[in-house]
Amino acid sequence: MPAIEILGLEKTYMVGFWRKRPKRALSPLRLIVEDGEIFGFLGPNGAGKTTTLKLLMGLVFPTSGSARLLGQGWTDPEVKAQIGFLPEQPYFYDHLTAHELLNYYAQLSGVPAKERSRRVDSMLDRVGLKDVYGVHLRKFSKGMLQRVGIAQAILHDPKLVFFDEPMSGLDPMGRREVRDLMEQLKQEGKTVFFSTHILSDAEALCDRVAIIHKGELRGIGAVADLTSSVQGKVEVIWQGTQIPASVKALGAECHVTGVTVRAIIDESQQDAAIDALRREHLRMIALTPVRTSLEAYFVERLQRAETTAGRTV
Amino acid sequence: MKVRVLHIATNTFREAVRDRVLYNLIAFALLLSGAAILVGQISIDIEKLVVINLGLTAVSLFGVVIAIFIGIGLVSKEIEKRTLYTVLSRPVRRWEFIVGKFFGLAGTLVVNTFFMAIGVFAALFYVSHKFVRADALILIALYFIVLEFLIICSLSLLFSSFSSPLLSAVFAFSLFVIGSFAEDLRGFAAMAHGFTRWLVTGAAYLVPNFSAFNIVGSIAHEQPVARQLIWHNTLYALFYAAMALSGAVLIFEHRNLK
Repeated sequence: MPAIEILGLEKTYMVGFWRKRPKRALSPLRLIVEDGEIFGFLGPNGAGKTTTLKLLMGLVFPTSGSARLLGQGWTDPEVKAQIGFLPEQPYFYDHLTAHELLNYYAQLSGVPAKERSRRVDSMLDRVGLKDVYGVHLRKFSKGMLQRVGIAQAILHDPKLVFFDEPMSGLDPMGRREVRDLMEQLKQEGKTVFFSTHILSDAEALCDRVAIIHKGELRGIGAVADLTSSVQGKVEVIWQGTQIPASVKALGAECHVTGVTVRAIIDESQQDAAIDALRREHLRMIALTPVRTSLEAYFVERLQRAETTAGRTV
Repeated sequence: MKVRVLHIATNTFREAVRDRVLYNLIAFALLLSGAAILVGQISIDIEKLVVINLGLTAVSLFGVVIAIFIGIGLVSKEIEKRTLYTVLSRPVRRWEFIVGKFFGLAGTLVVNTFFMAIGVFAALFYVSHKFVRADALILIALYFIVLEFLIICSLSLLFSSFSSPLLSAVFAFSLFVIGSFAEDLRGFAAMAHGFTRWLVTGAAYLVPNFSAFNIVGSIAHEQPVARQLIWHNTLYALFYAAMALSGAVLIFEHRNLK
């Protein structure tokens, strides 16, 4: 059973004060996320990522379409007991402590009273906030609030977790910790759906990603598949700073970095390049096919979308 | 479901208390103490009358201001600060949120009124040095003031569910002022003719009739309160608050939280 089935969800807002005109925030979106996946929802700012998450959380109502979460209707309040959600740049009740806030959310999520305190303590420990007991949230930094946000999202042990820009506001260590946490959630059998525009995070974490731009789905697939489209080139790395003329003659694009040389050549020329290095007694370190990075794929999808839109206009 | 409403109400109450709302009690205590001392010195034989009038009017006004200024932000502030997102993404129905907020605010006002009532009785004791049986009537006036707060809370929530805090404050305060003269409005309607009569009568019965809740004058003069009036005001306040709250729920149920 898929964890998320988005069945043509669409959102159009009416904008303007006197003369209302429609503005489409999300074109009919069809998407399936399998159980136990880490799924990345990628797109530039204003692409429709947050709108999609708000639709799934029931915070805004769709113009058309529907969705199923964990096999149940997405508007069913009871399904929400099995869902965790971290909004973008979360903000919480200023006058509560992190402990009180998590206790309140645990109450609303139906965590049994006898388990609540233990669950809250362990969650604060898990996100590195166990030492802030008694401090009101208004005194928290942006990064600390983000950690509280993550804690409240997984506090009730949900099967499906939605994170909207989870790395936002975190320092490099914090980002690393969140990445580790997401991997732990996957190991625990949970499904993680997260939106981001930081592609390195998505590339490092996700099983599959979808790319959305201007409210339309532009691409979807396993990260390994999207980045495996070999461009017909190989990368050859050897020790030293010498670039043999016979290698240059192959049309290689060479870069010297410290005590190694990196050359990109056509796949068909790789044997000739190896022979040239042997003749010059140079020590080859690596020979790898050049793969498309997720960033390159992302940029290509967005550029294609722009070109298509330009042609339409 | 009842439990979730209770949790939301408790959190609303705690937030209001920590937001230094109850600090107004200090201002109220100072005002009443000062007034009691002053009245004791300048009034002849009417100290008690002045203290009851001043005290109960202050309880009412302080409470109305708190009800409006907290009530108008209860929903809009949560949307603006996005604290609502992490509440409604849980198994919480939108009506539970509104009803919980209402009870939280009503609870805050009841506690507030309780402490202010202690202040009123203390000031009364200061000027008359004793309590008499008729002083118990003050409790009925306080009860009516609490009923008035319930209506104002529900109206503030209603306005807060669809408009900005500033507009909500204007609407709620205007209704409070108009409602305080509802009896006059009804009298004016009775004198009008034709279409104007229908229009004014409709408006007069639509606005909350706060003048029926104001028995401060008669209490100060130790006049008894008819039991029928207590029943009438109780039912009226509960009905009006329920209607306003239903309106708030109806609007909020369909609102996109952008």
